[in-house]
Amino acid sequence: MQIQPILAALRRHKLATFLIAMEIALACAVLVNAVSLIADRWSAMGIQSGVDEASLGSVVVTGFEPQQVNDLNARMVTGLGAIPGVESVHVISTVPFGQRGIVSGISLDRQHYGSVVEFYMGSPGTLQALGLKLIAGALPSMSDYQPLPGRDYFPAASRVLITRALAERLWPAQDPLGKEFWMAKWQFRVIGVVADLAVSQYTEYGQRGAEWCVFVPTLPGGQLAGTYLIRTRPRDLGRVMVAARAAVAEIAPGVVLDEEDSHTIAFLRARFFQTDRAMAGLLAGVIVALLAVTAFGIVGLASFWVAQRRKHIGVRRALGAKRMDILRYFQTENFVIVTAGIGVGVVLAIGVNVVLMKFFEVSRLPTWYLPIGVVVLWLLGQLAVLWPALRAAAVPPAEATRTV
Amino acid sequence: MFGYYLHLALRGLRRNVVLTALMIVAIGVGIGASMTTLTVLHILSVNALPGRSAQIFFPQVDPTPAGLYNPHHPLNMMDDSSAVDLWNARRADRQALVVQSPVKVSAPYADRPPLMLTLLATTSDFFPMFEVPFEYGGGWTAKDDRSRVRVAVISSDLNDKLFGGHNSVGETIRLRDSDVRVVGVLKPWRPHPLFYDVEGSVTGNMVSMGYYGKPEDVFMPFFSALGVNDGNFSQFMCWGNGPARPGHLEGSPCLWVSLWVQLGSAVKVVDYRTFLGNYARQQKALGRFANTDTRMLDLRQRLDFERVIPGNAKLQTWLALAFLAICLFNMVGLLLAKFLRRAGEIGVRRALGASRRTVFVQYLAESGMIGLTGGIGGWLLTLVGLWLVRRQQMPYADLVHMDVSMFVITLVLAIATSLLAGALPALRASDVAPASQLRTL
Repeated sequence: MQIQPILAALRRHKLATFLIAMEIALACAVLVNAVSLIADRWSAMGIQSGVDEASLGSVVVTGFEPQQVNDLNARMVTGLGAIPGVESVHVISTVPFGQRGIVSGISLDRQHYGSVVEFYMGSPGTLQALGLKLIAGALPSMSDYQPLPGRDYFPAASRVLITRALAERLWPAQDPLGKEFWMAKWQFRVIGVVADLAVSQYTEYGQRGAEWCVFVPTLPGGQLAGTYLIRTRPRDLGRVMVAARAAVAEIAPGVVLDEEDSHTIAFLRARFFQTDRAMAGLLAGVIVALLAVTAFGIVGLASFWVAQRRKHIGVRRALGAKRMDILRYFQTENFVIVTAGIGVGVVLAIGVNVVLMKFFEVSRLPTWYLPIGVVVLWLLGQLAVLWPALRAAAVPPAEATRTV
Repeated sequence: MFGYYLHLALRGLRRNVVLTALMIVAIGVGIGASMTTLTVLHILSVNALPGRSAQIFFPQVDPTPAGLYNPHHPLNMMDDSSAVDLWNARRADRQALVVQSPVKVSAPYADRPPLMLTLLATTSDFFPMFEVPFEYGGGWTAKDDRSRVRVAVISSDLNDKLFGGHNSVGETIRLRDSDVRVVGVLKPWRPHPLFYDVEGSVTGNMVSMGYYGKPEDVFMPFFSALGVNDGNFSQFMCWGNGPARPGHLEGSPCLWVSLWVQLGSAVKVVDYRTFLGNYARQQKALGRFANTDTRMLDLRQRLDFERVIPGNAKLQTWLALAFLAICLFNMVGLLLAKFLRRAGEIGVRRALGASRRTVFVQYLAESGMIGLTGGIGGWLLTLVGLWLVRRQQMPYADLVHMDVSMFVITLVLAIATSLLAGALPALRASDVAPASQLRTL
């Protein structure tokens, strides 16, 4: 197939060529970046919480005084535990996707503060209720569960579990068991490592890892009060949570049920990622609309060209060109224009990505997105031009002899 | 003459229905998407205190010790010693300390269950400074600030819940364990963004709502509030060993309070900046501060600095505008196709005496009509889009609605886009030489 005639013909229609090429370039830039943004949202939403989300719910109450804490804990654990279907109730500091827990920088040498981690506290049995998977060391024994002195956040020295991600961060390629770290005046010694446990409110912006967590075994009382982890069988969970929320007023009159945070963990998770889902949906909609608009534009313009060149096509057919030749001519012409557009589009896509990275903190575009975008647009162009090209191929040779 | 163009334009539209429909849909969708995001952005960017924002300032000093990793110092909050020192110095026309905390509220002798709401501990200047509207009663006095009187101003929402919306000035409410007298009830007040909430609005559950949550429900004099709600204050950041008792932050090495001031003239602003610098240096000499950085932005700069408008909203707007640009290119191409297809007709009209300008204006009118139709379609799509945004349950969801100015902008944008798109094709159409067309007829 000769390219020269095609280029010569295009040179006579510079404006329309330029328009299609620009449309393709913009479409490429927006398409590739939109897909990258969707992928970002998707990976953020795929965070592993490490707990048995289908079986767990949390009930949160507020509005109690420090001196009422032990009474409150006892009432809530007994009262909630009495609801039919509940397998266990434990006192916990917070749950993944729940309220923000205790987040603080820790130090390995009491001099320099480094990683910012989240501390979870839980009463005996919480680890089993959460369903965390232990991959090294041992679970805390009963004596490891200490009461909180006064209104302190932690016991003076505790033996804790950390996540695998945190172990790799603090002591890369070493055995974390037995190592210690500090936060302010509190000391922690690692006795076990769990596979996954997510922080309560993960944001991608910032220096925190999604799974830099520490579990501190604690006896209920002091600061550990007000949030209760309920474990049931998955099919009972919905009913039990409704009953639990209603029961709080009877179990502990005078405290305030936190309506917003007393839900199943699955619900909390869905709500936490709501904006991400909405954004991903919006982007997907934009991509579809974009491709449709571009395709229609190509169809419209190509049809116009075919109509303009009826005589030329007729002449070519009269001179012996087959239908296939005409078809291939138009498809090649479209291919050339789309390639020109993609050339600009790829540069534009990278440029847009750089700007987005600077102003909106999105991640860098993975290089392999570009070839995929290129292929998609080529396919789109070829499919869009198919109908006008077929109509061109249907022009009879007799057109050459007509003067009207 | 213009009426004739419109008539021709209308007939032209009907000639090739498919092409026209395609263009209207493309413009409509492009406009719909752009206007939805622009309306959201417009609502989020409303000037918080029109006319006053240039006089409101946010002084910042840095009480943190040396060695604390702090690339953005001074941070958004101070410790209470610094804040109260600055407030006591009375160097500004008006000044307001602010700190939030969750508080348990109930009406004594009522059957209602207690509520967990947010309390703003502030000083008497807060209400005039931020133009807070009162329904009943008023704020407390400067004397009340210092005498630790147990009074409060409540929001319209809370007044409805506890007192059925009646004038409750003089009534008592129970905040935690203390009985507090109501001295004022606000009108329904929902500034957006909630500009004085320094770290983003925080609900009673300590979940940040960004800057578009509801304002607090209870306002109390600063020192009284510290007493009434002792133990419920949370810090922005602490160092050393933190507070002696969790929730009791007075005198502790923590950042948790901020100060807003009103300064009426440029001279006063300069004076206050000097005063702030002097204070920082004095504290450094006393060994309390590690560095003497200070900052004082006005309200607008403060909101920009905090990047109050969610990044998401801006990103979506740019996306929608890029989409509109694609629709624009699309429309140019299709208009070109549409107009040049009627080259014969143009030739006849030119031969009959129409000037190039006439042809140009007529085709411009045709693209304008497409724009207008597309704009109306786009406006309907925008309403759908805004409805979708309201369903998203974001903190600002209930603020989002179409107002008259945005409706006008929708139509203007649609017509402007289509005129822009139609300019080049109309130019090309008017360039058609009559002779060449008449030859082939």
